[in-house]
Amino acid sequence: MTERLDQIFVLLEQWLVGFLPGAWRPAAGVVLSVVTIICLFPALFALTTVFERKGLARIQNRIGPNRVGWLGILQPVADGIKSLTKEDIVPLSADAAVHFLAPLLLVVAVFMGFAVLPMGRNMVLVDVDAGLLFFFAIGASTELSVFMAGWSSRNKYSLLGAMRAVAQMISYEVPLLMSSVAVVMITGSLSLTKIVAAQNHYTWGLPHWYIFTPWGLAGFLMYAIAATAETNRSPFDLPEGESELVAGYHTEYSGFKFALFFLGEYLAMFSISGLGTTLFLGGWSAPLQVLGWVPSWIWFFSKLMLSIFVFIWLRGTLPRLRQDQLMNFAWKFVLPLTLLNLLVAAAWRFLGDGWERWVVCSAVLLMAYVGMGWSGMRRGHFGPRRYRYAE
Amino acid sequence: MTLGAFIQEKNKPEGWNRPLAMKPDGDGELLEVAMGPHHPSTHGVFRMDVSLDGERVIRLKPVFGYLHRNHEKLAEGMSYLGSMPFTDRLDYICSLTNNWAYALAVEELTGQAVPERAEYLRVILGELTRIVNHASSIGFLIQEMGASGTPLMYAFKARENVLDLFEALTGARMMCNYMRFGGCRVDASPAWLEDTRKVVAGLPQFVDEFERLLTGNEILMARCQGIGILKPELAVNAGVTGPMLRASGVNYDIRKVDGYGIYNRFPFRVPLGEHWDVYDRFMIRLLEIRESIKILEQALKEIPTGTVMDSKAKIRGFRPKPGEAYGRIEAPKGELGFYLISDGGPNPYRYRVRPPSLINLTILEDMSLGQNVADVVLIFGSVDIVLGEVDR
Amino acid sequence: MLGEGLLKGLAETARNFVGSFVSKERLTTVQYPEQRIAPIEATRDFPFLVYDGGDWQAGMRCVACQICEKECPPKCIYIVKSTDKKPDYVGKPQFYPARFDIDISVCMSCQICVEVCPFEAIKMDTEFELSTTDRFGGLLFDRERLAKSDEYYHRIHPTEATAVDARLAEGKAKAEIKTTTAAIASAVKGAEIPARPAGDGD
Repeated sequence: MTERLDQIFVLLEQWLVGFLPGAWRPAAGVVLSVVTIICLFPALFALTTVFERKGLARIQNRIGPNRVGWLGILQPVADGIKSLTKEDIVPLSADAAVHFLAPLLLVVAVFMGFAVLPMGRNMVLVDVDAGLLFFFAIGASTELSVFMAGWSSRNKYSLLGAMRAVAQMISYEVPLLMSSVAVVMITGSLSLTKIVAAQNHYTWGLPHWYIFTPWGLAGFLMYAIAATAETNRSPFDLPEGESELVAGYHTEYSGFKFALFFLGEYLAMFSISGLGTTLFLGGWSAPLQVLGWVPSWIWFFSKLMLSIFVFIWLRGTLPRLRQDQLMNFAWKFVLPLTLLNLLVAAAWRFLGDGWERWVVCSAVLLMAYVGMGWSGMRRGHFGPRRYRYAE
Repeated sequence: MTLGAFIQEKNKPEGWNRPLAMKPDGDGELLEVAMGPHHPSTHGVFRMDVSLDGERVIRLKPVFGYLHRNHEKLAEGMSYLGSMPFTDRLDYICSLTNNWAYALAVEELTGQAVPERAEYLRVILGELTRIVNHASSIGFLIQEMGASGTPLMYAFKARENVLDLFEALTGARMMCNYMRFGGCRVDASPAWLEDTRKVVAGLPQFVDEFERLLTGNEILMARCQGIGILKPELAVNAGVTGPMLRASGVNYDIRKVDGYGIYNRFPFRVPLGEHWDVYDRFMIRLLEIRESIKILEQALKEIPTGTVMDSKAKIRGFRPKPGEAYGRIEAPKGELGFYLISDGGPNPYRYRVRPPSLINLTILEDMSLGQNVADVVLIFGSVDIVLGEVDR
Repeated sequence: MLGEGLLKGLAETARNFVGSFVSKERLTTVQYPEQRIAPIEATRDFPFLVYDGGDWQAGMRCVACQICEKECPPKCIYIVKSTDKKPDYVGKPQFYPARFDIDISVCMSCQICVEVCPFEAIKMDTEFELSTTDRFGGLLFDRERLAKSDEYYHRIHPTEATAVDARLAEGKAKAEIKTTTAAIASAVKGAEIPARPAGDGD
């Protein structure tokens, strides 16, 4: 029974496709899955916008939107109608074709990333052998669309904002990839389904998720930092900060194109969290063996929403870093730690099973983190201060 | 170091007459940007014309006057009492301290004495205003740094309790119009004093929560330390007063220097900064909130019974004898002074406000030269201005 | 250790997030206009004219002395004195305002008119939901709109109204003592001095 619930979407698809003649079935199956993804994730995006506003509001001790629909849940409908009915202004001197294509490219690239995420047992759209590589290759096109947006607006402030955004995204691509390489090394495969399958074992009821290993925890934290920077979320949202000088790469966009940028940013957040879940949090596997009866897709989406909640929590708490500070942080702190993480992951593999490898790996990582943190603060002359009073 | 020591030691501090703008290195042309007047973080309608070389600020010209309302000229046509509600609207966040400064100036002009209960009430309301102002100022600074307003909302939650107190006593939350020449307008009931004690008892917890959220936050330290350094000599020569001056290490608090009202009965400490940067300015404000809480607790315990206004004091239709007077207080933003010249008529001959925000703003350029443009917003926020006072 | 301050900050916001669901003092927002917070008694919004009794014209306390018009800082009060007199609360004939307009788009609620009024005639109201779509006359209140009864005043500002009533009663008692002593004095004077020829009025 639980098995059927777990596979319910697969069975549904097979049943629907069964109505068509044999030659059409594979193509129809794929089309059906694609349509599901295209409908599901924007709906999730709509839910997330309300969730974010209400979450931020509760952190700030106020109620978020609650007038439109029960508990404000129809707010995205109102926002969508608003953005659709706004006038679509294209500046006269702007490059119209590129201006039109930039948001499209963003949304298309991000949707393609969803194709390789395993959202449940047997629920991958396309099981590519090099799924991780495909994901990162497509994900890099989002940076292209940001630059296209800034360039085509023919506005020097948009261009500055776009260049800053692209610089930030490129700098954090490297730690993002490096932290995933450790996972690939240990699993021995680039295929996302195999990575999840490798984590789907249990010892004494506890799972073998990579986050529960020293190198996995470090890798996950660095992946999370890099993911926050990739999607331009706080505390790395200088390119789109309203109170900064430069207004950002999407200044010259209004109406539905702006909504598409917004959609693209949130979908990028979903897909990067989905990848992080797959790599480190075990994808669709249950946290405890006794909970294995709960359908796998429920686990995947709960972990996804948990990551989104953490993004919102970070946004509500932390101030922004300045541009040069965040680039410094990427190149001088996160990247060396990811390289060290690779070594530690290798050591983990070759130290054999037992408690020694836990102690050694944790000690090395902890010392490196504390040492680099301390020297970084010293170099920048930061630190808590004590104040004296006048006598 | 005290103010006097500075003036004696260095008559002409280095750099006091250096040219205001730097020269750009590199042969690129300068990027001229106007920040404001429509800007989410300029504390009102204020414009800064900055010239940038890459990301560094080469010149900065502040442009203000968008909120000029002819306050000083209006006062020449109005009676002394009639100007009191307009003083509320100078520094519109701290209306009670504005009222107090004006009342002090007129009392100095006429020689009017103030009953003791009124003095205690003035101290209580003044310190409550100081706490509200400093908490909001810190909240706004962090909002500009992009924390989406969370510390601001916490500060406003504490502020709401204080505004309710103001409304119960004076009738209005912000434009209080409460001080009069010779005392206060209405007396405070024992129930009000009890409510105030409850609010003050809840304040240390708020300050602790605030501090936990902020100090030790590495991003805050990275953004604010080492930015916008203001050397003490330059601060003294430019006439900067208030928390900005104390964050630059100069021990000058008018509550201690003048001892106006009954401030010499309250033992409170004056925190001083040692690194003279933005981080010091906002930590000094946080420490001053704690000192104000101590003053409040003592004042609420010691407040005597009595009247709050001499029944024979005239508030309307009075004509002070010809003369001049300057009354100043330690407002939350700096030294707020009122200079009045009376010619014996019912209206003042000259009414001049010494706005601390404007005078603190004059060295914005010196503090921002060579800094990143993203830091200019923070430096500007640390000066803590209100445009109502800058433009009057 | 690097990151410690950030974690403390995150813990603080988490505490506020959870607390906003469970404790009332963390979430102080009220769902206006369905729920309202009880107004504070001393609050002041715009002035109104007090009248005693049932008839707003006969019982209006204002005697058009025009002191409030002179003292008002933004000059939002416009008064036209009447040509005839009507008796006030002690019975003395006084002028009354034929027109009394307050432009509440100019009024800044400073309460100086209340402070300087010697007749306790103008007081501060607590109503603030006064928005109107009539942009020309909608915010200019005439004396009929401004006149509200003494019972209303007692309802919105009970402590203040009782103090005002006490002052008025004291004033009335003093006035009555004065009239009775004057009556006795004139009766005594009339008895002693012989009748004067008509024409020498006093």
